[in-house]
Amino acid sequence: MLWETVKLALTSIRRNVLRSILTLLGIVIGVAAVIAMVTIGSGASQKVQENLAKLGSNMLIARPGQSTFGPGGTTNDSRSFDERDIAALKGELTGVRGIAPSAQKSAKVVYGALNYDTTVTGSTADFFTVQDWTLADGRVFTEGEERSGTSVCVIGSTIRTELYGTDDPLGERLRIGNFGCEVIGLLESKGQSAFGSDQDSTVIIPLRTYHRRLAGNTRISSINISVAEAADIPRVQRDAEDVLRERRRVAPGEEDNFTVRDMTQIANTMASTTTILTGLLGAVAAVSLLVGGIGIMNIMLVSVTERTREIGIRLAIGALERQVLTQFLVESIVLALFGGILGILTGLGLAALAAMLMGVPFTADPRIIAAAFLVSAAIGVVFGFFPARRAARLDPIEALRRE
Amino acid sequence: MAPLIAFSNIQRHYGEGGGLVRALAGVDLVIDRGEFIAIMGPSGSGKSTAMNIIGCLDRPTSGSFKFSGLEVTGLSRDERALLRRNYLGFVFQGFNLLNRTTAIENVELPLIYRGSPKRERRERAVRALHQVGLEGREHHTPGELSGGQQQRVAIARAIVTDPLILLADEPTGNLDTARSHEIMQLLNRLNEENGITVVMVTHEMEMAAYAHRAIRFIDGAIASDETRIAA
Repeated sequence: MLWETVKLALTSIRRNVLRSILTLLGIVIGVAAVIAMVTIGSGASQKVQENLAKLGSNMLIARPGQSTFGPGGTTNDSRSFDERDIAALKGELTGVRGIAPSAQKSAKVVYGALNYDTTVTGSTADFFTVQDWTLADGRVFTEGEERSGTSVCVIGSTIRTELYGTDDPLGERLRIGNFGCEVIGLLESKGQSAFGSDQDSTVIIPLRTYHRRLAGNTRISSINISVAEAADIPRVQRDAEDVLRERRRVAPGEEDNFTVRDMTQIANTMASTTTILTGLLGAVAAVSLLVGGIGIMNIMLVSVTERTREIGIRLAIGALERQVLTQFLVESIVLALFGGILGILTGLGLAALAAMLMGVPFTADPRIIAAAFLVSAAIGVVFGFFPARRAARLDPIEALRRE
Repeated sequence: MAPLIAFSNIQRHYGEGGGLVRALAGVDLVIDRGEFIAIMGPSGSGKSTAMNIIGCLDRPTSGSFKFSGLEVTGLSRDERALLRRNYLGFVFQGFNLLNRTTAIENVELPLIYRGSPKRERRERAVRALHQVGLEGREHHTPGELSGGQQQRVAIARAIVTDPLILLADEPTGNLDTARSHEIMQLLNRLNEENGITVVMVTHEMEMAAYAHRAIRFIDGAIASDETRIAA
């Protein structure tokens, strides 16, 4: 009986192909939009998660001044850190994997006839540990090189491809601004940062070399602290703040003239922002599902009116209310499911395309697909019920009289 | 045995107050198994209302209607549908076949609602079409059949369930005289050979002549009820 009903529904859908397709369109667009949004969204937050890992795990970043991320910029007392601050932190902090002071400056780097604008960072060997950089080849600075300010550098993969092409850069010279240095190490690629910049466009030189040859001062613009255990992050953050307050002579009750930020927290906030955005877009897309459902209801009502006589015949020869109800309900469910399946395929296609263009991973979540399928069926039931009930409750005498 | 149809003071009113219409104003009627009855009367005389009540499609406002001893007036919609499905067959003036559906599928329809298995449905539908002289037309759609043939399909659909009673509402109304006589002969044969009770509404004396009993309605009441000696 059920199979007969499904066949009947398919037949009646086939009889009005164009109308059925137009009706489906609402559901197709709705489901496709939801699927695409959610799939792209989860790809994006997956990417944020990956970036979070690349950022360096359990990292605290200390910067002079307040609200470096805000619109107000830094406060008056944005006096930078110095070597003694680093020494104090190294002496006081426990449970720390590494402390790397750093200063950055954008500069033009030149090799042969080629040049490239990039960011040059001055730091210590700890920097690589703290930032979770892995070496593709070569080595990092030795303590001796750090102390004496030797002209050596470690370069990111973008610099390597832009300037050296297929040549092996190890041992080659790289000119930074107006001083030359030797390339001693190559970094593995990290890709784009969570903020969209190219993390591989980087040149790292010893801090002392940076101060002497590039900056002409001894400022340290940030201190990166890698905490060994995630659970210790709040404690280490507090300790670092205490040390820095003392070093920078911030009186009790006075506002800090520096910030110590938990980067993991920032990245998490970004990830959850992505999730919220995805949810919002999904909700907007769900509205079009509602519209699609109303489309189905509309066309089913038209169908019931058109087939009043047929319904009358069926009732007269002994169809039960339930049987007529089922017939029309199955028809609207089949219609909605068709739309749902088309929508799922379209949505996944769009998401795959978008993922390719945006460079985010494409992951089709079977749970979301199953949910979309069930939601389509539910739309068929919900929006098909009213027209189907109307059909089932027709008076056979009236229905037979209708032309 | 209880008579097949027993009307006792059946009233059917439409509307209310000043617009009240008494379609049936207290009708008593008994129909036995095996009868072939013609119901006649001018339009608005109540004959269609009576047919609808016999067909369990309509319910009387008051009075008692027993179908083979079973009181129908208190039955629910679905219970009446079950009665129709199992004991009644309908033939309409306008044929009322499903368009774009083949003859055999039209005939199978009542059996689908009964939940008969596919094979049995096919067999019975083929047999019913054979009975009405439509062998070889099983896969024609109504559009490909003449009016007379369409009415035969409708009759096959009505008898495929082996009903106790066949209700025909102006079955020859849309047919020419030759086709009409063929249909009447078919109904006659079903009545005599298969023992199916036939109740037919008609306004043509010629067709009514096939019946064994003629009931004339006027103004919601039975004006005359004549039984002819069967030829």
